[in-house]
Amino acid sequence: MNAQDGVTLDDVRRVAELAHLELTVEEEPRMQHDLNAILRHIDQLNELDTDGVPAMAQVGGILGDATLSWGEQLRLDAIRPSIDRAEVMSSAPETDGRFFKVPKVIER
Amino acid sequence: MDLENLTIEGAREAIVSGETTATELAERHYDRIATQDGKINSYLALSRERAMTQAQKIDEMAARGDALPMMAGVPVGIKDVLVMQGAPATAGSLILKGYRPPYDATVITKLEAAGAVLLGKLNCDEFAMGSSNENSAYGPVRNPRALDRVPGGSSGGSAAAVAADFAVATLGTDTGGSIRQPAAFCGVVGVLPTYGRVSRYGLIAFASSLDRVGPLTKSVKDAATVLQVIAGKDVMDATSSSRPTENYVEELRRPVDGLRVGVPEEYFGEGLDPEIRGAIDGAIAGLKMVGCVAKPVSLPHTNYAIPTYYVIATAEASSNLSRFDGVRFGFRAEEANTLSAMFRKTRDAGFGAEVKRRILLGTYALSAGYYDAYYRKAQQVRTLLTRDFLTAFADVDVLVAPVTPTPAFKLGEKTDDPVKMYLEDIYSVAASLAGICGVSVPCGQTKDGLPIGVQVMGKHFDESTILRVAQAIETMQKAKESSYP
Repeated sequence: MNAQDGVTLDDVRRVAELAHLELTVEEEPRMQHDLNAILRHIDQLNELDTDGVPAMAQVGGILGDATLSWGEQLRLDAIRPSIDRAEVMSSAPETDGRFFKVPKVIER
Repeated sequence: MDLENLTIEGAREAIVSGETTATELAERHYDRIATQDGKINSYLALSRERAMTQAQKIDEMAARGDALPMMAGVPVGIKDVLVMQGAPATAGSLILKGYRPPYDATVITKLEAAGAVLLGKLNCDEFAMGSSNENSAYGPVRNPRALDRVPGGSSGGSAAAVAADFAVATLGTDTGGSIRQPAAFCGVVGVLPTYGRVSRYGLIAFASSLDRVGPLTKSVKDAATVLQVIAGKDVMDATSSSRPTENYVEELRRPVDGLRVGVPEEYFGEGLDPEIRGAIDGAIAGLKMVGCVAKPVSLPHTNYAIPTYYVIATAEASSNLSRFDGVRFGFRAEEANTLSAMFRKTRDAGFGAEVKRRILLGTYALSAGYYDAYYRKAQQVRTLLTRDFLTAFADVDVLVAPVTPTPAFKLGEKTDDPVKMYLEDIYSVAASLAGICGVSVPCGQTKDGLPIGVQVMGKHFDESTILRVAQAIETMQKAKESSYP
């Protein structure tokens, strides 16, 4: 784990870019400080030996067979009505009624 | 009829007997909100038209002498992370300003089918991220029991509205403590149902493997009633369980004697306010008097729950919140020439500081080179934390512990230090990670008059037992209060 080295301002900018966030110059050092404080706390997890411990992604998984016998399953893949398009499009910031309109995608 | 202490049963019976009408009850709640919510700030929007249509329907049924459903005419408030068709849904964020969803959450449909009158949408921390309700873009909520204090979070509006009698019951959501902690701070009952017990369809997602919907009420019986209405399998939520629901209200009649109550030593360590410790000890002593057997137990990984939670919850949030980009709904920043600039400017202007912090942390934990060190590691520790509970529940029926280390704190007291704020969740996040059920029920107050809550945690899908134990505590507490001079 590299958190000992600390998150740099460049790291903050890189992660912000990955997350589609544009931080102001005032926000960047504040976020750097907070991320380092939180990651130092999270580093406690390294005290635990987790070799061979399965990862838990969902509550159902660890309950094993008991959960499966309760009938968790996917619904039938049958066609059913969904929300009306006009109602959905009426929420859009910009639309021609059929498509969502956005600024140009390709920058040159 | 007095709105104070008005319960679901009381409201329904008053309508059945003709003492009041659903319409009058809704109007009186709206009047109270209009005159008194200015200082609390619990409601973000009122759904008056929809509420009055429903109330009229109930009144017509009552006039015809029809059998009335469980929550007929009961005024209910909804945390603003659950969607109601046509009503504003902000999730406490500017990025959803103006959004009116075209559908109802499953819990909304179920509440209305049970006769509930939905008054409006309640304030909360932005995207349910917070422990004090100070992260709402629409201003903080104040604790009705002490206006200089926070109501807790993230379901601060839901807890405050019940405490201030702006609704008979409300729905909240709990990802790391967001129902139980505000319930404790405001002196009301709050239930965290087992993961999968209540449908999440129509809940604006924060961390999908942790998010749950549950009731906040003035009594344990009311909580059981709301849970009975909203629980059950939903084809629209693949993680909802098809295990049969129980008759939670009926189950409350069963006695608690002989139940084994575990007292987890890790929940009574350094940092626990002595007055809270005293109140919890009192609740445990009371349970022994009615025939429960108290046993010390250990949940050895408890100290790792907060770091585990803040990796998993933020990782899931960074993924879930990528959908807010100004394309399909809500706010879009102007003056962007390209798509990617539009995403960035929209999200920068639309999200508050805490949401950005968590998105950045989650994105960092999932990014190349850090995934195994943070995200996978946290998922493994989540297994260890869950095994702690499964081991304990081999010997005991429920666990009794504090909900929070301190009573409600002052506004602004913890906003400068995110780690300090996160540690507020120390007694609530482990149950969230394990998926077990829990309830917060009032068990006393501090010398300053601040409410204290006790947490009863139970096995997966064993809501009946935690509600029975909570009701036993509530009964003793009411007896104690009525014996005061």
